[in-house]
Amino acid sequence: MTLADRPQTQDVPAGDRENRRERPRFARGIRSHELQSPAHERRAINVAEAERAVSVMAGSILAVAGVKRRGLPGLLIATLGGGLIYRGATGHCDVYESLGVDTAGAEAGAIAARGVHVAESYLIRKSPEELYKFWRNFENLPRIMTHLEAVRVNDDTHSHWVAKAPGIAGGKVEWDAEITRDEPNTTIHWHALPGADVDNAGAIRFDHAPGDRGTLVHVMLDYIPPAGQIGRLVAKLFGEEPQQQIKEDLRNFKRIMETGEIPSIAGQPRGACTGLGKRRTE
Amino acid sequence: MKALVWCAPYKVSVENVPDPKIINRRDAIVRITSTCICGSDLHLYDGFIPAMKPGDILGHEFMGIVEELGPDVDKSKIKVGDRVIVPFPIACGSCFFCRRQLWSCCDNTNPKPYLAEKAFGFSPAGIYGYSHLTGGYAGGQAEFVRVPFADVNPQKIPDDLPDDKVVFLTDIFPTGYMAAEQCNIQSDDTVAVWGCGPVGQFVIRSAFLLGAHRVVAIDDGATVPERLRMARDAGATTIDFHDESVYDRLREMTGGIGPDVCIDAVGMESHGYSPDAAYDRIKTALFMETDRPHALRQAINCCRKGGTLSIPGVYGGFPDKIPLGALMNKGLTVKTGQTHVHKYVPQLLERIRKGEIDPSFVITHRLPLSEAPRGYDMFKKKKDGCIKVVLDPTK
Repeated sequence: MTLADRPQTQDVPAGDRENRRERPRFARGIRSHELQSPAHERRAINVAEAERAVSVMAGSILAVAGVKRRGLPGLLIATLGGGLIYRGATGHCDVYESLGVDTAGAEAGAIAARGVHVAESYLIRKSPEELYKFWRNFENLPRIMTHLEAVRVNDDTHSHWVAKAPGIAGGKVEWDAEITRDEPNTTIHWHALPGADVDNAGAIRFDHAPGDRGTLVHVMLDYIPPAGQIGRLVAKLFGEEPQQQIKEDLRNFKRIMETGEIPSIAGQPRGACTGLGKRRTE
Repeated sequence: MKALVWCAPYKVSVENVPDPKIINRRDAIVRITSTCICGSDLHLYDGFIPAMKPGDILGHEFMGIVEELGPDVDKSKIKVGDRVIVPFPIACGSCFFCRRQLWSCCDNTNPKPYLAEKAFGFSPAGIYGYSHLTGGYAGGQAEFVRVPFADVNPQKIPDDLPDDKVVFLTDIFPTGYMAAEQCNIQSDDTVAVWGCGPVGQFVIRSAFLLGAHRVVAIDDGATVPERLRMARDAGATTIDFHDESVYDRLREMTGGIGPDVCIDAVGMESHGYSPDAAYDRIKTALFMETDRPHALRQAINCCRKGGTLSIPGVYGGFPDKIPLGALMNKGLTVKTGQTHVHKYVPQLLERIRKGEIDPSFVITHRLPLSEAPRGYDMFKKKKDGCIKVVLDPTK
């Protein structure tokens, strides 16, 4: 059964590990079509349902008022109204997009709100072949993902992952994973198997970039803690800003591949002064 | 080792700190023989640049001898014992930007790019000793410094050229040169330069090297007459904006059309005597504005239609009231950027070697590193005719 074939189901209560075979609808997996359209062509829905309805209503009122009024002011009012109608109808607001606001996301369900969803693209000056080769061997991933402690590859499609979780008893979370789609030098999809401490799925795609730019790499990662652990588990795994941490980890992939190292200032010398006249005691 | 450390706005001190160590496998450790205070260090000193932490070591204009190399450094490019100048932007040599000679835009050397991304959209390269916006690297106003990507960054210098002649290849000479070179200066061009600080001095001389017909240098004769004098030494015509209207003088000099090229070598801490300068003073004092772009506004206003505006002066954030209308309607070309030092070092070293320019002209004060705080104070207040301070870390 591939990732895309999994049945849609509602969330299951905590502790019901056997039933976790049927995933929450949101975590059905990375649908392949989501990775097929380049980011710049997707017009995402970023306005919540109720807000869209209000937008259409307000826009209609303004549009009618503007048309009746005539002249330049009327034109401006009608245009504004038209914009609001468009925004309500399509669910996409350019202003929201430029501000990075997404009120629709809040409605995607409590399930979505609990997890960490990262989609990131990086341009890497290496061939798709070199990048695929590095990523396909999951044992390489702890070199770039700071939250992973180790990955052990068991066979061609199965692996065992261990992530650091200093705030949790035992200090780590683990899961088995399998590769569900593997097109050499093009894309890899994987997900955690039932019984995972943290449900998760990931996918990576490699596209030739134009000219000599190398490869455009798109990565999507989803981590869903079990119900009943709202936010806490995720924060313990990834720190206070999980989304940002994973984005930076993916940036490490670019840096390791292009330069062989991740820039760091850890352990460099610094002075002891702590402001005006005081000194830090080491 | 001794190092110059930032404690608070207007407070820097020399402290004893641990020696730097190799952190990444392509690092080098350089023993510093000469290091300078830069005009942009004054923005740190004045507290204009955010993301500074007490204890940060400053300094991005330094040169010295390679003492130690990391295990993965390409030893065919650099060896222990080599005498090098180190460009102030840290580059990897492998990314999209480095490959296009946009060295100060390197994608891979800022360990904390998300800070700069918030302000700029994308993070430029890491810089030594220039706040955590550029990665928080320990700087080179010290006895030793760690230099990443040792086979890319340090530039070898022959032994027959003394430190004084070559240390400015780290920053201010390429900065002045790039600012002028980007403008495609023609032999009939009048080039107007705002700011006669060290960078401005190199802009003036670079403009002449590149064949400008005339260079006009603008600064405040009431507070820094020595800088106008140094500009005249290079052959520039000077305008003292304390006594004269810059716009009127430039207009008169160019037959009513304005200078062809206008270069802002002042940056974010501009000062002036006009209403807009007063506005900036008040707002920045109240932390309601991030920069004081008085010189930039004037440069935009004075530039001829279809001319080129070049901005080597450093800005940090979101200054007010930029005359974008003038810029657009006059069809100005804008050239700007943190200097791509690596691109210019070979050709400028050649010019120094041929005797076309001796960069040591700009040095007015030499101090031991232990007296660096006094150097900062003197440079900030422009006391004692101070134009450029070079520090000796061995004292």
